[in-house]
Amino acid sequence: MAQSVELKNFAASKKMRDVMGRYFMELMGPEASGKKIAWCTSVGPAELLRALGFEVYFPENHGAMLGATRMATDLIPLANARGFSPEICSYLTSDIGSYLKGESPFNKMKLPGPPKADVLVFNTNQCRDVKDWFGFYAREWDVPCIGIHTPLAISEVDDIIVESVARQIESLVQPLEKISGNKLDMDKLREVIALSAKCTERWKAVLETAANVPSPITFFDGTIQMGPAVVLRGTQEAIDYYDILLAELNQRIADGIGAVEGEKHRIYWEGMPIWGKLKNLALQFMELQTAVVASTYCNSWVFEALDPDKPFEGMARAYSELYICRSDEPKEAYMERMIEKFKIDGVLYHNAKTCPNNSNSRYCLPSRLQTKSGKPFVIIDGDLNDLRLYSEEQTRTNIEAFVEQLSEG
Amino acid sequence: MEYYCGIDIGASAAKLVVIEPSGVIVARNIGRSGVDYAGTAEELLSGVCAAESLDRSQIVRSLSTGYGRDNVPWADGKMTEIACHGKGAYFHFHKQMTVIDIGAQDSKVIHLDQAGKRESFKMNRKCAAGTGAFIEEIAYRLSLNVSELNALAQKSTKEVSIGSFCTVFAATEVLEKIRAGVDVADIVRGAFNSVVKRIMEMDRVDGLLVTTGGVVAHNPFLAKLLGQSLGTEAHVAPDAQYTGAFGAALFAAEQAQKPDS
Repeated sequence: MAQSVELKNFAASKKMRDVMGRYFMELMGPEASGKKIAWCTSVGPAELLRALGFEVYFPENHGAMLGATRMATDLIPLANARGFSPEICSYLTSDIGSYLKGESPFNKMKLPGPPKADVLVFNTNQCRDVKDWFGFYAREWDVPCIGIHTPLAISEVDDIIVESVARQIESLVQPLEKISGNKLDMDKLREVIALSAKCTERWKAVLETAANVPSPITFFDGTIQMGPAVVLRGTQEAIDYYDILLAELNQRIADGIGAVEGEKHRIYWEGMPIWGKLKNLALQFMELQTAVVASTYCNSWVFEALDPDKPFEGMARAYSELYICRSDEPKEAYMERMIEKFKIDGVLYHNAKTCPNNSNSRYCLPSRLQTKSGKPFVIIDGDLNDLRLYSEEQTRTNIEAFVEQLSEG
Repeated sequence: MEYYCGIDIGASAAKLVVIEPSGVIVARNIGRSGVDYAGTAEELLSGVCAAESLDRSQIVRSLSTGYGRDNVPWADGKMTEIACHGKGAYFHFHKQMTVIDIGAQDSKVIHLDQAGKRESFKMNRKCAAGTGAFIEEIAYRLSLNVSELNALAQKSTKEVSIGSFCTVFAATEVLEKIRAGVDVADIVRGAFNSVVKRIMEMDRVDGLLVTTGGVVAHNPFLAKLLGQSLGTEAHVAPDAQYTGAFGAALFAAEQAQKPDS
């Protein structure tokens, strides 16, 4: 069927492309020569790495690009053939497939591809896969792979956990100083953390504009707009960008402009994006006059506990409070608050085959939350990157049927 | 007389129903969905009009559903098969119910309240287990025509278990049974029970159990096995293969009477 709707782009996006483009150039362009590069998991200790003078590269961003460009589905089998199962993280398998084939979305930007790491720094707060992912490159390049082992399924982020994670972060300082050749300047660390905290404030404010009816922004916009919050937190550029985006969002609110024309229903997206289908899904929801206004995913880069006065403890708390490493009780409580705050009519759970840690429909949470909140839910089966695990027609019908159900009231 | 039409272009078969405003079916037609959904829809409608001496202008509103719902040029609207199977099944029973539709390519569990309002639904995962495609695969492995399966399964005297989640692995299990000399009737019943198990894993069943779709229309014994496993009676909706098309026609009638809905 011909699409009858068009996505509403943001004027600020051009600026974002500039900001992101500069960041990639600094990492992979000619000026990158001689710089020390640290790979960091997307919710790893980026502030510490920046304070030590590293250029910080986030391979999950590359994973998402491989998904969004639909290169992933052709690259994943290369990693599968090397012994990485099709059932493990498809960011990992698509990224390693990209490395093995020597093809990357960065090539289209006339960049050589992901930069070689001097050190790989992980935090297992997301999953074990990030460590295994980095381990592959550590073996390939014979470089150190170090990191933080955060507990999973945390109910309460208590002092014992914070203390343990803080000491683990602190213990990274010495090896990282050796690799970077720089001594850690605590004032610099506080400064970077303060910038990161400001970025968090702005990003949270961006996401919270979606509490307005109609919402000026959707989850699908958010997955693109979050780029600077992920890869440039701890820098002034990210803050400046979100100030521009916020101004545009506030103008939309003042003018009564919704991201979805004639918004009738409001949905919460739980789980990973389906990167290769973002546009199709965004258009389908627009046709159905349904706005996906909030998500766990985009909020994963809101780190409210960052504290320049307590650098290590603040980072430890911020990176352990994440939704993904919590038990179902705080997850349920969080979603209840989100449903209320964003005036949600129904919840969509994306059960991503290769991302069990960020698929929250597997332990009966949807039914429990429906009983508590009275809001219906639908579960779609798919994947973040591996489109072999995605059924276009089933997903389309599930979404359409769910919106029909919401329309019945 | 004014009429309403519903057409359900499914993964395997396309079904068309014409009803009076009261819901009485005046004509119906069925054919392979094929590769040209618009052409199939046209053939079914032309066929029914010719056979029943209906003038197209008498059909005041039409609604499409099923995989090909976006490919029916003459439809005035569309709804999902989940809505339409629920609507069609509820018409016959008017009770709180669980509708289980077993189609060629997917299965659905739909919960309706006392008033027929949908409370929730689930579709099968991206997998053929628990669908008509599984039954077709097993028939092929056993060199049987699908139309022979129901009678054969009823003759079964022994429990045979086919436990794999995957249709391909289940077919391999069938080959093992053939090698071991297991009676074909028992294998067919085992395959029916495998579908039943996959369906039961999908969701709970509340209230009246009503089954719809081509699989139970042609294999009512499978519905009986489902009921037995759930400890309840499994009703097969009248004209079960047409339930989706019938529900679509009912929606068309409802929308024509309430144009703003």
